[in-house]
Amino acid sequence: MLKIGKIEQGFVLDHIQAGMSLKLYHQLQLDKTDCTVAMIMNAKSNKMGKKDILKVECDVNQLNLDVLAVIDHNITVNVIKDGEIVAKKELILPKEIRNVLKCKNPRCITSIEQELPHIFVLTDEEKEIYRCKYCEEKSDKKF
Amino acid sequence: MRHLMSPLDFSVEELDALFDLANDIEFHPKKYANACADKILATCFYEPSTRTRLSFESAMLRLGGKVLGFSDAGSSSASKGESVSDTIRVISSYADICAMRHPKEGAPMVAAAKSLIPVINAGDGGHQHPTQTLTDLLTIRSLKGRMNNFTIGLCGDLKFGRTVHSLIDALVRYENINFIFISPPELRIPDYIIDELKAKDIPFKEVISLDEVMPELDLLYMTRVQRERFFNEEDYVRLKDFYILKKAQMDHAKPDCLILHPLPRVNEISVEVDDDPRAVYFKQGQYGVYVRMALILTLLNIKVD
Repeated sequence: MLKIGKIEQGFVLDHIQAGMSLKLYHQLQLDKTDCTVAMIMNAKSNKMGKKDILKVECDVNQLNLDVLAVIDHNITVNVIKDGEIVAKKELILPKEIRNVLKCKNPRCITSIEQELPHIFVLTDEEKEIYRCKYCEEKSDKKF
Repeated sequence: MRHLMSPLDFSVEELDALFDLANDIEFHPKKYANACADKILATCFYEPSTRTRLSFESAMLRLGGKVLGFSDAGSSSASKGESVSDTIRVISSYADICAMRHPKEGAPMVAAAKSLIPVINAGDGGHQHPTQTLTDLLTIRSLKGRMNNFTIGLCGDLKFGRTVHSLIDALVRYENINFIFISPPELRIPDYIIDELKAKDIPFKEVISLDEVMPELDLLYMTRVQRERFFNEEDYVRLKDFYILKKAQMDHAKPDCLILHPLPRVNEISVEVDDDPRAVYFKQGQYGVYVRMALILTLLNIKVD
């Protein structure tokens, strides 16, 4: 079995849906930092069958929890200090999110005015529905 | 400063005040003839719309104000690539209030965010057309004398018809309204609206036959099947004349059942119905001017004693 060592400072994102970690890596903009990142794909999981895990060695405040919550709020966020889990962060769906989801409605004003931020508003918390602030099109949440 | 983006921007109480003002304008037009004497309305129409634009212009002229603007994107700076935000910042120094129509959904909202003057959404793509909804509500309230306790039939293109969706959204805020959706299966009301009505426990039914429900209706809102919504000409041709309201059907309607239509009409209401006193769709156009006059005064915060 493949072994990945402990990290000293940073966070571990556990229970990521198998195959989603690379997308998450880009969405969290980890490619724009110089943090050490370990991406574990298709790890065995009792709960999920298969799962991905991301281990990131950096300041935990660098992590955009809103992005994570929108992508999948079932992801577990473990905060690591001195090699130990010191906290688990709860993911709460943000009321409004900027430049994470893109509006794909070809009739939306964002389709012609490139400088506009893509803003989505949580309109149904139970069904996790986000709608574009401008045209109210439902997000398909495909990243 | 206030804008109008959606018909739901105004509470029921605010709408009542707006409609009271519109009715006062209807009966005392002279009182308001100079109310906007020193004001200018900019009509920024990025796509052609004769009826809505002229209705806004008529409203401002009847208030003694002046009008400037453009009537298609080709004659505006948009053709040079100017953003809506930049355009409205400039227009803010030329006019006191702006009515904007744009083919892109959400454009008036983008304008409102940067505007120094009130912006009225005069239609943004298939999204919202709040002044049409206000017109429909004022027509119902003025001619029916109430905004509650009635059965309304909505007939025709209930799938793509944005006026229908906005009207339903606005009417569910009133008490004891019963909806009957009359459409061919291909153009039935979207599921999300059905889900909303169910969640709010609002009575409705869906039927295909207009004849079957005609005697139940207190109001019938007819709509046009719009060619531009179809990808396939064959489907359009098959569905465009699915409903044609004729004099014979009016015989089965209640004596006080009102027939509304946002216009323009194509074939869905036979011209023989026009002379029936219950056909109020042309009167609706008149209420469109009154409600826009009331809206301009309200957004400019002008009070007339």
